[in-house]
Amino acid sequence: MTAQSALAAALERKPPPAGGFSPAIVRLEVRRLLRNRRTMVLALVLPVLFFWGFGLNSSYVHERVGHGNLSAVEMISIALYGAVSATATCGAMVSIERTAGWSRQLRVTPLSPAAYVVIKMLTSLVLAAGAVAAVYLVGAVTHKVSMPADLWVITGLCVWIGSLLFAAFGLFTGYLLPSENVTQVIGLVLTLCAFAGGLLIPFSQFSPDLQTFARFTPLYGLSQLVHYPLVGGTLQWGWILNLAVWLAIFVVGAVWSLRRDTARV
Amino acid sequence: MQLARDDAERAARPGHQDGAVLPLAVDLRGVRKSFGSVQAVRGVALTVGSGEVMAFLGPNGAGKTSTIDMILGLSRPDAGAVEVYGMAPRQAVRKGLVSAVMQTGGLLKDLTVAETVEYTARLFAVSRPAAEVLERAGITAIADRSVGKCSGGEQQRLRFAMALIPDPQLLILDEPTQGMDVEGRRSFWTAIREDAALGRTIIFATHYLEEADAYADRIVLIAKGQIVADGTAAEVKDLASGRTIRATWPGADEAALRAIPGVDSVEVRGDTVLIHSGDTDAVARQLLTQTPAHDLEITSRGLEDAFIALTSDGATGPAASDGATGPADGPVGESPASQSPAGESPASESLAAT
Repeated sequence: MTAQSALAAALERKPPPAGGFSPAIVRLEVRRLLRNRRTMVLALVLPVLFFWGFGLNSSYVHERVGHGNLSAVEMISIALYGAVSATATCGAMVSIERTAGWSRQLRVTPLSPAAYVVIKMLTSLVLAAGAVAAVYLVGAVTHKVSMPADLWVITGLCVWIGSLLFAAFGLFTGYLLPSENVTQVIGLVLTLCAFAGGLLIPFSQFSPDLQTFARFTPLYGLSQLVHYPLVGGTLQWGWILNLAVWLAIFVVGAVWSLRRDTARV
Repeated sequence: MQLARDDAERAARPGHQDGAVLPLAVDLRGVRKSFGSVQAVRGVALTVGSGEVMAFLGPNGAGKTSTIDMILGLSRPDAGAVEVYGMAPRQAVRKGLVSAVMQTGGLLKDLTVAETVEYTARLFAVSRPAAEVLERAGITAIADRSVGKCSGGEQQRLRFAMALIPDPQLLILDEPTQGMDVEGRRSFWTAIREDAALGRTIIFATHYLEEADAYADRIVLIAKGQIVADGTAAEVKDLASGRTIRATWPGADEAALRAIPGVDSVEVRGDTVLIHSGDTDAVARQLLTQTPAHDLEITSRGLEDAFIALTSDGATGPAASDGATGPADGPVGESPASQSPAGESPASESLAAT
């Protein structure tokens, strides 16, 4: 084949379908995550240890809350802690990859920005699913969590999908601290937020002053919402407001950082 | 030395090759790009035909990377038009017609070499087999190594392997050997040269003069955002290999000096005259036999001098043509070797012009 006919044939090429998206890319991204020990500790190991340590003591097992017991509340809380750690870490990886020039490299391939976002979201969801599954599995095998079967599924799904919102937190943090150490920082910040938001120690055990403080912390709103199917009662606008305000802060921060580094990418 | 082609010439050019009408690989018209108050690219017109191996030569900050970014669709010109194979750059990238080897970064440390190639291959509609591109980039042996553990040269070969995946018609290399040692650079270029022999169009940016000289069949010099020279490697060499005669001649007759055949320029400094010429032997013979000039001293003017002269602050815009023709008039895609025999370069050291 001459160079000319090769060129003529090449000009007839089609761009890949779906903007270059393929499940194989998600698989490779997940493989990268599994290789990252810090991420695995933060998203899977720590939550399981916390749940074992905090959530299964006999006073929690015997305290009824809504349609279940306090151990069920704790299981949901700590699964949420693990899942947001997972999505935040994945979000931070995006900013690190941008800083490292990988996004620029991707831009000389057919991959569309939308396909890239979908790949990253699916990857986050795979890890978040792992985080939720690990904590729920411990809850199931220890037989200390009391909750109707359908609520296991419903709360699990709420935690899983809801955690995706914290990818924006990771994205923003990743821009503020573009280094490999960002995982530890995210781990620390989220653990503090989890304590303050009543995820590690039940919110109901906080003093009134502490409860007021907790209402302003980033994980409070999302936590209350994902517990709602189990706990019941009235849905409070304050939860949604808390979530909306923090999400707006993270998204605006991430977009601002993204704009700022566009010249480089 | 062909400089700043005009539009008529461009119109005559688009590739009638083997009877088929094929679009130009790259067509830039009046391209401008500013970043804030900095004018990075100031009116660049450039066409690159299929099969050409073109070096984009210029000091750091001359506008090479800004121009390449626009060819790759990474940024848009403020004014002017950029077409790659007759289409928008981004569309050419999506079809896998164009790929690039970037300067630095652009790799994930936690993937292996083979995984990085697989990742990239999955993004394209059609791709060459991973084993083939690894082989051609010479990194088959380190396929299972983590990218973070690869040397700079190995990482650059990996970027080259990634760029080969879509079997692009146009391959762009932006300062591909920056930071590599001499041995790494040589073997990297061997791989590129073998690839170019297969007929791929290649554009590479460099500030190493000898790389442009040895591997390109066309050199485009860019300075302060404008193309200041455009010609074959041989023509650049012709321009550069002229020599300077220094002679003593009190009260020199400048007009008579200029009249001597082969004299390119004359400068009179008091009792001393400086004559630049491509045939200094003939000029010297004339001077010694026909004029009172004496104390002759002949020095070669290096490629480096020419480069600095064309790209330094004193140089103004596109310089005048000296009458030589550019590659536009010859067959497109001639082998570099036919135009620039290796090892003839007067300036073989690198020109880190900043």
